[in-house]
Amino acid sequence: MLGIFQYDFIVRAFIAGSLTAIIAPLIGIFLVVRRYSLMADTLAHVSLVGVAIGLITNLNPVFTSLVTAVVASVIVERLRESKKVFGESILALFLSGGLALAVVLISLSHGFSVNLVSYLFGSITTVSALDIYIIGTVSIFILAAVMALYKRLFLISFNEELAVANGLNVRALNILLIVLAAITVSLSMRIVGVLLIGALMIIPVISAIQFKLSFFRTLITAVVISLISVISGLFASYYLNLASGGTIVVIALIIFCVSLIINRNK
Amino acid sequence: MNIFKSKTENLIELKNVNFSYGFNSVLEDVSFSVKVGDYIGIIGPNGGGKTTLLNIILGLLKPTSGQVVVFGKPVGQLKKERAQIGYVPQRLSQLDVNFPATVYEIVSSGRTALGNLFHQFTKHDKEEIEKAMEIAKISQFRDKLINSLSGGERQRVMIARALAGSPKVLILDEPTTGVDISSQEQFYQFLADLNHKHGLTIMFVSHDIDIIANEVHSLLLLNKKVISFGPAKDLINKDYLEQLYGNKINFTFHKH
Repeated sequence: MLGIFQYDFIVRAFIAGSLTAIIAPLIGIFLVVRRYSLMADTLAHVSLVGVAIGLITNLNPVFTSLVTAVVASVIVERLRESKKVFGESILALFLSGGLALAVVLISLSHGFSVNLVSYLFGSITTVSALDIYIIGTVSIFILAAVMALYKRLFLISFNEELAVANGLNVRALNILLIVLAAITVSLSMRIVGVLLIGALMIIPVISAIQFKLSFFRTLITAVVISLISVISGLFASYYLNLASGGTIVVIALIIFCVSLIINRNK
Repeated sequence: MNIFKSKTENLIELKNVNFSYGFNSVLEDVSFSVKVGDYIGIIGPNGGGKTTLLNIILGLLKPTSGQVVVFGKPVGQLKKERAQIGYVPQRLSQLDVNFPATVYEIVSSGRTALGNLFHQFTKHDKEEIEKAMEIAKISQFRDKLINSLSGGERQRVMIARALAGSPKVLILDEPTTGVDISSQEQFYQFLADLNHKHGLTIMFVSHDIDIIANEVHSLLLLNKKVISFGPAKDLINKDYLEQLYGNKINFTFHKH
């Protein structure tokens, strides 16, 4: 059965997929508990602008989308702080605005291509060796950042007012969290696809929450659920010739339903 | 055992503090000081600036003019010491029923701001957390999720959280909001114990004038200005309360 690992592209897909599976819920949990779940989707659509720029300029799209998403995330947070636009409308603005800009950029260049579809829905055949280096390095950075900031992110998520009163730099932490989310989104794009990244950051977390565990154990459970979804999704995607992103998210959804059912009396 | 005693005489000192939102003046020329071991209740009408005053002491709001000195430093210059202002907010607005955290995790977050990045709790940190849970009598709930507790129990968790930060002063904003009447008296007994037995300095805002008048050492009567600040027994009389709330209210005095 494990004959599939004789192909280099499959090995790369599993490495990138596993790294993605670990970091997506690490950031996702803080978005979920702060009622910011749509942020992941918004950043994903904005990062599509980065993909378009990458396709036009022939730079690595993972890299260009990373830069675009980070820049956009800082603007989103600044706008939210300024309170000129309601929090939720900012997300809608960037979500559709990002998609519109990406579509215009893409049609300006070559028009839609198969290549683009793989970015939208994820593909296990497109992960390059360079992608692995980028995803590997940045994953380690995100892991370190979450370990360093875990207690602080917990406190601002629980109660922002208490965090300010305790002297934490809540503004900086908020910007950092959203930048980390932007980075995670760009990294997950290869495997899960722009349109489905939000799901991988959010669904394992809300499934884990059903088990009514401590915050830390919820986090670990979410990572386990995410890993199961991605790894089984990649197998299914290879053997049944399905788009990897969709398969992964459907499996995550099934796990969510199961966790709802087995915890219904808790 | 005065475990919370500090060497600073004046823990908190406000000098001529003014605060306004635009043209709407909320605090006018407020001056008073809090000393080690004090037990102070702040009372006053709605819109009289009680919560604003707490927020200024906590450094959440900057006064329009005047000086706020906490632990001997202007409040804006405090860094990690800010975590030693034990603050218990009025209501846990963000704490929605689904917040997935245990009592222990929430209590230990009271020490978060004392540590650096990557900080793992030391033996000392853990002892302080355990001690705080014991004092607040919530050790038996340590592994329960916060949303499975009653309003009164949650309030004790928030106090334990404040105590875990080894506070020099405990500041509470209407701590009995959402706590049923029978638990209220127990709650004030608990605060009194913290002050008498543990020597912790306490300051809180309250509407329960009749209960707190018998509990606290000093009252701060606040309606934009400090109407009066002194021993509770001297201030609970018709003249002062009329000045504070206006003369349209009937007061009934009864001995407890």
